[in-house]
Amino acid sequence: MNGKTAVEIRGATKSFGTHRVLDGIDLDIRAGQVAAVIGPSGAGKSTLLRTINHLDQLDLGYVKVLGELIGVREHRGRLHELGDRAIRQQRSRIGFVFQNFNLFPHLTILENVTEAPRAHRRPTPEKRALELLEKVGIAEKAHAYPRQLSGGQQQRAAIARALALEPELILFDEPTSALDPELVGEVLAVIKELARTGTTLVIVTHEIAFAREVADLVFFLDGGRLIEHGPAADVIDNPQHPRTREFIGKVL
Amino acid sequence: MSADSSTAPRLQVDTPPPDDLLTSRPVIRSRHPWRWVATAVVLVLAVQLGHGLISNPFYQWDRFRFWFTQAPILEGLLLTLEVAAWSAVLGLLGGVVLALMRLSGVALLQAVSWTYIWIFRAVPLIVLLLFLFNFSALYPQLSIGIPFGPAFSGIDTTDLLGYTVIGVIGLSLNEAAYAAEVVRAGLASVDQGQHEAANALGLSRARQFRRIVLPQAQRAIVPAYVNQLVGLIKASSLVSYVSLLDLFGTVQTLGATFPGDIVPLLLVATVWYVILTSVLSVVQYYVERYYARGSQRTVPPTPFQRLRTVTRKRFA
Repeated sequence: MNGKTAVEIRGATKSFGTHRVLDGIDLDIRAGQVAAVIGPSGAGKSTLLRTINHLDQLDLGYVKVLGELIGVREHRGRLHELGDRAIRQQRSRIGFVFQNFNLFPHLTILENVTEAPRAHRRPTPEKRALELLEKVGIAEKAHAYPRQLSGGQQQRAAIARALALEPELILFDEPTSALDPELVGEVLAVIKELARTGTTLVIVTHEIAFAREVADLVFFLDGGRLIEHGPAADVIDNPQHPRTREFIGKVL
Repeated sequence: MSADSSTAPRLQVDTPPPDDLLTSRPVIRSRHPWRWVATAVVLVLAVQLGHGLISNPFYQWDRFRFWFTQAPILEGLLLTLEVAAWSAVLGLLGGVVLALMRLSGVALLQAVSWTYIWIFRAVPLIVLLLFLFNFSALYPQLSIGIPFGPAFSGIDTTDLLGYTVIGVIGLSLNEAAYAAEVVRAGLASVDQGQHEAANALGLSRARQFRRIVLPQAQRAIVPAYVNQLVGLIKASSLVSYVSLLDLFGTVQTLGATFPGDIVPLLLVATVWYVILTSVLSVVQYYVERYYARGSQRTVPPTPFQRLRTVTRKRFA
């Protein structure tokens, strides 16, 4: 594990109307680490994750991925939002996996995976896509449409789609929350395999046991603040803050 | 089921034995005698109507046959097709632009789009057409130059705008207002998650629209827009009021010359309009099927495919 910082967040603050969703969050994730973000609903976990690829915009503070400011640039001591083209370029380096998969229903699984590489003019998109589908175990579904697949298969296809641009960082927004319990395992297995390959992963999850097993770091959020963080084993087995203790006690 | 029940162990000897006949015979569905009565009544009325259509001398079916494919009628039909097709395409393009303006988030563009739709939905098509017809009187010259300043060159509007063009412009202006709402509803029907997924993949806005949003919006747009087109084909008969000899205009003119044939002539127009809308419905069916791909686990067979399966079974 090298010491390069993959994700650096400083003073992340965001409000929806008068409701402050993120309230000054600082965190660091080193390259190759797997970070789990946990906490009760409404804690701001998903919003925090979505600011990392600028799907949600911060009011204050900044996000850096591999040293590069995301969605903004600095000019004379202020942050200015980037134009569409620059943001697109940055997003192509960051994979995102949604809770509801958000596969494109009118395209086949193969077309779903090749869409971004084609748009970014990457070489041999089809060959690469088939390899990825093989990797997530649904190569035989390449020509099926998303609705013909089970939820677990759809989410694995969505992971293949996120991998298609060979991102340096992959963000998972509750990847198993929309799945039937018996399908959760197959998706977690794919994520576990990814963790082993050394890609930096940030996973918002309710699967505490999975976080304990796979994550290097755990961040516990509540009320838009980072309450506690540290190595997964420490935070989950031996939480220090009473709110963390209460939360872990409830969900484990 | 019945095989199972015969081998299943009997529960108790002292209860009455389960009636094998009851468990092995299919349940008889309730009958609906009134449905048969309603069917019979409607059938009698339909036959009566059909018989009346054929046997009533009022309709003069021999004159209908004579007129149906006469050259002036076919020329009128062609003009109707031409005007409707141009207006359908231009109206849709205008509608897409108006819908995108409405969804743009730029206040002025939204206001312009809203105002356009507000006005052109409010003005009756016939008023709009007559207004355009008199346009050359209002603006005898169209010129290119500095806005509010001097003109560099100009042309007479009467040279530029033939009556066909006036008809197409009128219908398109009107059609665009309705198409804009159809397109806007279609675009709004696409799930927000689709935009997010496309964004997260770093797709350009143009590509998102072309590859992700529009194809999905088409599912909602196509049926509503075909509905519009049916209205448009019929509304195109109003161009006869601006001196155009479309299908209806031709029929009217011929009716004035051959007053005795007015009923069969109207029938000719009716049947042609029915044919046009029917062709549109068939096209709609296949276009909808195309855009429905991926929306169902299996696509139902087309009527032709179904017919083929049936005949193959029959003759196999």
